[in-house]
Amino acid sequence: MSTTVYPNETKAAVGSNIDTEKLKEVASQVRRDIVRMVHGCQSGHPGGSLGCTDFLVALYFKIMKHDPAFHMDAVGEDVFFLSNGHISPVFYSVLARSGYFDAKELATFRKLDSRLQGHPTTHEHLPGVRIASGSLGQGLSVAIGCALAKKLNKDNSLVFTLHGDGELQEGQIWEAAMFAPHNKVDNLIATVDYNGQQIDGPTEKVLSLGNLKAKWEAFGWDVIEAEHGNNMEDVVKTLELAKSRTGQGKPVCILLKTAMGAGVDFMMGSHKWHGVAPNDEQLAAALAQLPETLGDY
Amino acid sequence: MKKYTYTDKKDTRSGFGAGLLEAGKRNPNVVALCADLVGSLKMDAFIKEFPERFQQVGIAEANMIGIAAGMTIGGKVPFTGTFANFSTGRVYDQIRQSVAYSDKNVKICASHAGLTLGEDGATHQILEDIGLMKMLPGMTVINPCDYNQTKAATIAIAEHHGPVYLRFGRPVVPIFTDADQKFEIGKAWMVNEGADVSIFATGHLVWEAIKAGEKLAEMGIDAEIINIHTIKPLDEEAILKSVAKTRCVVSAEEHNRLGGLGDSIAQVLIKHDPVPMEYVAVNDSFGESGTPDQLMKKYGLDDENIIKAVQKVLQRKGK
Repeated sequence: MSTTVYPNETKAAVGSNIDTEKLKEVASQVRRDIVRMVHGCQSGHPGGSLGCTDFLVALYFKIMKHDPAFHMDAVGEDVFFLSNGHISPVFYSVLARSGYFDAKELATFRKLDSRLQGHPTTHEHLPGVRIASGSLGQGLSVAIGCALAKKLNKDNSLVFTLHGDGELQEGQIWEAAMFAPHNKVDNLIATVDYNGQQIDGPTEKVLSLGNLKAKWEAFGWDVIEAEHGNNMEDVVKTLELAKSRTGQGKPVCILLKTAMGAGVDFMMGSHKWHGVAPNDEQLAAALAQLPETLGDY
Repeated sequence: MKKYTYTDKKDTRSGFGAGLLEAGKRNPNVVALCADLVGSLKMDAFIKEFPERFQQVGIAEANMIGIAAGMTIGGKVPFTGTFANFSTGRVYDQIRQSVAYSDKNVKICASHAGLTLGEDGATHQILEDIGLMKMLPGMTVINPCDYNQTKAATIAIAEHHGPVYLRFGRPVVPIFTDADQKFEIGKAWMVNEGADVSIFATGHLVWEAIKAGEKLAEMGIDAEIINIHTIKPLDEEAILKSVAKTRCVVSAEEHNRLGGLGDSIAQVLIKHDPVPMEYVAVNDSFGESGTPDQLMKKYGLDDENIIKAVQKVLQRKGK
């Protein structure tokens, strides 16, 4: 389950021994996939997808113990839930590149009769997806449920989540945030994509998040601040640190500073690329910045 | 008219409590969650027997639905418990995305449905929940009529794979169904065979329909009474078979006339066999404070109103 080398070159090696340079190569390919997928259907969310690429690549190619053969119940496996479902391009690319399905299927993203719906769903039985997400704020509760089931089943594997920072404006997040420490759900690592942007502008203008570290700590979480969410070495170190802090009576929260659009200079740091597709020219400009490492789908 | 008597009265929510305990004994994967209403939902016996399989969530219903959805990943069969209003309207999007669309094996169990909640008033008396839940693709919707049927239904849904909405009530009502009944999801129960009119009733209105049937018999009207405990999937065969004989219909439910059992039956009739039909239901309004009996009378949900509806529909049939 840990280290698998796939004969198909469009899939990358997965496992805890993978080195950081290899992870960076995978991330470059995933970023190519993201902009090509969004360009291909002229819709979707490239900004947040690019910003979270390094996190998801580290998680799926190094940190998590998981089986791309895909079993819904995930017995003995680490589980990831994408709560901010609109960054489906990065999720789909990472799933495909780690062996859950053929990368060729990425070309069907957001098109009629595709398993790669605009937002992730179990409805079309796409391997790797365990819950629908898109309507924001629900993933932390679901992850807590999965973590509780693991405890009941005496399964000591971990549950990971990712949330947008804007998503923290949803009240259900704080219901869940209050629940997990009270019930010592310490097999859970929730990560906030702290890019400071949402659809209508900077979060500080739309609705201030305030002191997020103090908020999560006040709710009883063990909080890790990570300043460089687009630096692969730092992302891996942060996730390894978070793993080492599980099992100590508290859920773990990572505040992961990222740049929306990271990896494509003209998309970086702005909310304008939250949900906009590049045109042909912009696609070419983006791909020129991203080496093809595993072969385009 | 077949004679129905009862020696005991109990609330349907206690039937749920008893059924949950039994389901828990039969299947170690059955777990229960509650949003600060353990006593109202009669979950105490389950909690006493299986403390580690119960999760108190606090007053956070959205979180409860999400946690239940997550627990299915790992093979658990979660039963959530709170009032019907907070089980449906308050958490509609959570049920829609995390349970129904995600096809999770969650049992949403809702007490205090309808007007018979009584004195708490309209904030707590949901009359739209059947409609909300039946519109969700893949959702099974069940509204049992007495203690025994609620217990049997609770056991049955634990054995059924897929999301279920189980709706029951607060007041003490007669127990008139068999204690050892086998509950079959989607299969209507023939309460009384008759020839003149089909009365399709669900939940607390089944007993009212039986009382109405006895009075109608004295008036020379032979009513067929069928208990539609499962609103979705609907037993279309039983409905059409009855209508083929009686040629007119009265539906009876503790719900808004918009979107409830009546509308589901009307759809079947329109498509296959249009016959005159009358609704016994709340006429598109909110409830109010009062005793259950006062409210059922004021909002037109008692045996007298079923009799009036029967007389009206018989006139329309031309008899």
